[in-house]
Amino acid sequence: MNLDFSDGVLTVFLDGEIDHHTAPSIRETIDEKILQDKPRVLKLDYGSVTFMDSSGIGLIMGRYKLINSCSGEIEVVNIPKNMEKVVKLSGIEKLGKVTVKED
Amino acid sequence: MKPINTMKTEIESRSVNESFARVCVAAFVSQLDPTVEELSDIKTAVSEAVTNSIVHGYKEGKGKIYITASVFENAIVKIKIRDKGCGIENIKEAMQPLFTTMGGERAGLGFAVMESFMDKVKVISHVGKGTTVTLEKKINGRFLADDK
Repeated sequence: MNLDFSDGVLTVFLDGEIDHHTAPSIRETIDEKILQDKPRVLKLDYGSVTFMDSSGIGLIMGRYKLINSCSGEIEVVNIPKNMEKVVKLSGIEKLGKVTVKED
Repeated sequence: MKPINTMKTEIESRSVNESFARVCVAAFVSQLDPTVEELSDIKTAVSEAVTNSIVHGYKEGKGKIYITASVFENAIVKIKIRDKGCGIENIKEAMQPLFTTMGGERAGLGFAVMESFMDKVKVISHVGKGTTVTLEKKINGRFLADDK
């Protein structure tokens, strides 16, 4: 996972598998950075994620709550095609801009 | 109906085993030559059920999770995920989308994902005894997908 902060935008490049086992350490790293940099926008890039279950959605929901309490916005980009279904089901599109990865 | 082929595995209720469980079932289902999407659906549904057993059944404590996957005629797969945990008091309520007893970080989508990714989901639970989730899906496979 790589994080990049510039012009008030914190971009998190997630990779590998996101499940109930891997989510806590990902969450801790992101939250620490949010509280440190106070970004205007948190951009979660799912482009290199190879698997996710609803823990990947919980991760977005939890970060939304945190960034929202700091008056920031959330953006979710590059959702891989085969994970689009779980995103649609969750209704997280209501929380911020969500885009699917182009082939 | 008798299964054509069956696989059984037993894991400890540790979160590190979640990926093993879904990959193990996916590897078994591979004999039906599923599409990438079908395999991804099964992995996701298994991950949700196993996570439920760990988080809710055993409340992150120790226990065993028993997984059985069977292949039936017409490429139907049944996956049974059983725990001997605390059980679910109100199954209907637990299966409601966005219902969660865990707050912030759990999306409350476990059963909703299972129901939308699989053809059938059956839950049998007894308080104090445990829960069995049975997932069923017909695999159309790559050959059928190619015909379209």
